[in-house]
Amino acid sequence: MTPRTTPAANQPYQLPPPLFDARCKACWFVVGILLLVVASFWSLDLQWAQFFSWDAARSMGRFVGEFFPPDVSRAFLKKVAIGAWETLAMSVLGTLLAAVAGLALALPASRLHHADRGPARSPTRLLLNALRAIPELVWAALLLISAGLGPFAGTLALALHTTGVLGRLFAEAIENAPPGPGDALRAQGVPNGRVFLYATLPQVLPQLMSYTLYRWENNIRAAAVLGVVGAGGLGQLLAFHMGLFHMGKTATLIGAMLLMVAVVDAASHASRRVLTR
Amino acid sequence: MRDPAWVSRVAWISLAVVLLWPLGVATEFKPWVLLEPDNLRVSGQFIASFWPLAHSQEFLLMVARDTWRTVAMATAGVTLALVIAIPLTLLNTGVLSVSALSGRMARGPFWVRQTIRWLLIVLRSVPELVWALIFVRVVGLGPTAGVLAIALTYGGMLGKVYGEILESSETHPTQTLLRNGSGRLQAFFYGLLPTSAAELTSYTVYRWECAIRSSVVLGFVGAGGLGQQMDNSMKMFNGGEVATMLLVFIALVALADRVSAWLRKALG
Repeated sequence: MTPRTTPAANQPYQLPPPLFDARCKACWFVVGILLLVVASFWSLDLQWAQFFSWDAARSMGRFVGEFFPPDVSRAFLKKVAIGAWETLAMSVLGTLLAAVAGLALALPASRLHHADRGPARSPTRLLLNALRAIPELVWAALLLISAGLGPFAGTLALALHTTGVLGRLFAEAIENAPPGPGDALRAQGVPNGRVFLYATLPQVLPQLMSYTLYRWENNIRAAAVLGVVGAGGLGQLLAFHMGLFHMGKTATLIGAMLLMVAVVDAASHASRRVLTR
Repeated sequence: MRDPAWVSRVAWISLAVVLLWPLGVATEFKPWVLLEPDNLRVSGQFIASFWPLAHSQEFLLMVARDTWRTVAMATAGVTLALVIAIPLTLLNTGVLSVSALSGRMARGPFWVRQTIRWLLIVLRSVPELVWALIFVRVVGLGPTAGVLAIALTYGGMLGKVYGEILESSETHPTQTLLRNGSGRLQAFFYGLLPTSAAELTSYTVYRWECAIRSSVVLGFVGAGGLGQQMDNSMKMFNGGEVATMLLVFIALVALADRVSAWLRKALG
């Protein structure tokens, strides 16, 4: 019996590839994700029955119904306005502090020129990563111990987290700046500090500003809820009134939050367009 | 050497101080509070109690369980967010509009899309912490509230960004398919999805990483997981436990960061 070498008279149509193939990365990726999702739902004992029950629907309905009418009495609106101003001030001051501290940490965290070995680069980056990894709310809860209840703890919390974020972004911007002008100054014997001030900083400043504005936008959202752990602003009012089931007031507060975020989004969007034009 | 620009420098700095003053007043910005002897003593004690780290077996087991819970809450939340976001994106995407092929979109579909857009804006504008506070009232303490909060906020974010990715991708094949009489779903699967699948997946993975961070925060309002344990330990001034959990949390975030960066690179 000789093995058949001639091809079949009519080639079979190519079959679609099998659904699972041990060499296909995407298949393993999908399998891994499915396992993760199934394990998550299985281990969390979520109370869907309770959530989708008639009881829950009714209590949800009642709950939403209590939101109306929102409390718009003059005295309360004044309180909300003060809270909103406090939130805004927290976010602005927190972001400014973070921009200054971030720039101060970005310098040791970056290689300023080719010959710069950057001895402090990895430890500073480690510090920045740790600052960044801990969310604002956790910082606020920690700082309440030494700064006491109130917006000051919130401002510091925002500043610490944002320092981590901005420091890293700034360091990357500084390292990626075109080296030409800096090299020219350095060749003339200008010291490092002035090279940064007159060559690197002017080139990266627009980028730094736009990062800072972007973070400010994020920080307003964060500042609005920081108060939930007692760090001042709208969040503190929200947690207080929600805890006492003052639903009309809660509705006003949520409305104020949405409004503030929308206004800031629009303002930041417009100013960034002006800056990057 | 005299600085030629000193007048303007001084003017700008004093203007900045005048503008910053009310902000400082509003935030009760008094850094010296930190240095008062009483506060120094309390914070000193708290920080000193960080070491030794809490490492009893029982505690470490509890931390491991709650860390998994945090990841599971984020994963389940993002899965439900996808359930919200995908249908809304399909309804929302202007590229899949048949009437828009010939000039303006018809009035009905236009308003449907506009309504969905507003719905998405509301979903993602309410912070997840506020959603969680609301759901804790309805379903009680526990992970259900956290999962729902993540699902709603992230559903809004994913829906918006998916829409933007799809609209900015190469739309020519999709439009050709639609013009030749294919259905919208067919046009989506064969025209729109292949060109932007990698980008959509990588954005979803990135959001999953963010969800891990927020699920820790949600623990602070009673949604369970690492955040809730951290809150308890802080209230009891147990520095050792707080320090261990902070380190675990930093490691978790770094790990999620790594995994997500690797996945996004693998996706190209």
